[in-house]
Amino acid sequence: MRIPCPVCGLRSVSEFTYEGDATVLRPPLEADGDTWFATVYERRNPRGPHAELWHHTQGCRCFVEVERDTATHAILSARLVTPTGAGI
Amino acid sequence: MRYSIGSLALNALTGQRYWPLAWRKAEPRPAYDVVIVGGGGHGLATAYYLAKEHGITNVAVLEKGWLGSGNIGRNTTIIRSNYMLPDNTRFYEWSLKLWENLSRELNFNTMVSQRGVINLAHTPAQLDAYARRGNAMRLAGVDAELLDRDELARRVPGLDLSETARFPIVGGLCQPRGGTVRHDAVAWGYARAADRLGVDIIENCAVTGFTFDGDRVTGVETTRGTIGAGKVGVAVAGSTSEVMRLAGFDRLPIESHVLQAFVSEGLKPFLDTVVTFGAGHLYISQSDKGGLVFGGDIDGYNSYAQRGNLPIVEDVAASAVTMFPSLSRLRLLRSWGGIMDMSMDGSPIIDKTPKPGLYLNAGWCYGGFKATPASGWCFSHTIARDAPHPLNAGFALDRFRTGALLDERGAGATPRLH
Repeated sequence: MRIPCPVCGLRSVSEFTYEGDATVLRPPLEADGDTWFATVYERRNPRGPHAELWHHTQGCRCFVEVERDTATHAILSARLVTPTGAGI
Repeated sequence: MRYSIGSLALNALTGQRYWPLAWRKAEPRPAYDVVIVGGGGHGLATAYYLAKEHGITNVAVLEKGWLGSGNIGRNTTIIRSNYMLPDNTRFYEWSLKLWENLSRELNFNTMVSQRGVINLAHTPAQLDAYARRGNAMRLAGVDAELLDRDELARRVPGLDLSETARFPIVGGLCQPRGGTVRHDAVAWGYARAADRLGVDIIENCAVTGFTFDGDRVTGVETTRGTIGAGKVGVAVAGSTSEVMRLAGFDRLPIESHVLQAFVSEGLKPFLDTVVTFGAGHLYISQSDKGGLVFGGDIDGYNSYAQRGNLPIVEDVAASAVTMFPSLSRLRLLRSWGGIMDMSMDGSPIIDKTPKPGLYLNAGWCYGGFKATPASGWCFSHTIARDAPHPLNAGFALDRFRTGALLDERGAGATPRLH
């Protein structure tokens, strides 16, 4: 599997660290227990297209949001993200 | 037909032409007392123990593919109970006790081989941690012994015990009652034994939905029609999120990850125990056919693909050669992947769900095979009595909300690290 890093180009998956479901965003600290429980523990875990974060630890060290089909490993899109989750 | 020396002789004399099928090819009936979704090891064991221990024989096991096509035929066949947390120790030790009598129980040779499981230690601190775990096991009535380098050299002749090894070995922890089992025989043995007690095993029958009366489950919709059920138990490992979504559970404390396993070309007798590498992650044993069977880490990203990527192949092969330098020119025969239901704390879930009549067995990470007998035993109890057995009371679905986690590794809510 190779991931198209927007900065470095097509690179081996072994250069990246998986950071999980990109749709899960940290709530504000004062959010209630149920919200934090959902953020920390609950995942949709779909078979099919999955938005996920990959950290290019052995490359540019940027965070890349990748849409990937979990049934086939086909990569559908990739874009850089900021710490707040917004695209660049 | 009961398998025995008599049946063997009789069939030898008649040219092996009259062996009956091991289980019927059942057609789905309109309704059952209990429907088990998932015809893998855990589902078949659940059906067997429902019939055997609880007298519930009006049971169907629905399997999407063919029997034994999932993780029951994809694992590295290791059994052990070398855990430290009490809930895990008690559960896996009960599983090991069921394994020890399984061939007799099922009248099917599951080839349980208690050849020992050795965990290697590569630093004094790691050996101390193993001593602590071994002591915890012995306090719980589980067998464990600490091995020094001389003993390791005697038991595992191919091991690189030199001082110049990349990760010098300082000792190990052995569970002598651990070992291996022929995994296909577990599926076939449970299927045959459940069938003999009246359970319908229905292959090529995928569940496409659930039917409810209010919140109470009343059956399942399948590719072979709607089947009514008083109770439904779901035991589908890596497909848990997708199947439970059909029942209205959109989010669970589970991620599906791919774990690869490997078998080499056949060798003469080389390794008569199971060895695990402590400086990385590798577990290796030799099958009775002679091939080395081994595996390592999961690939580490969500996947339903049943195949992995090359970096893990290289990592696992490197670990094997680091431990056993003489394997460096060994060729791989096959590699494959299985989909693991990685839970958020590394421990399983066997519990009722918030919907009456619907029960869940999931979250096995990559430790599901050794749990097969106790998982079925506990899940059948939970379904039959509508309450968990003390052995699986800790494997509650709501423990992530209440905080009563069972994090054996202390890795936190990061499924790829368990």
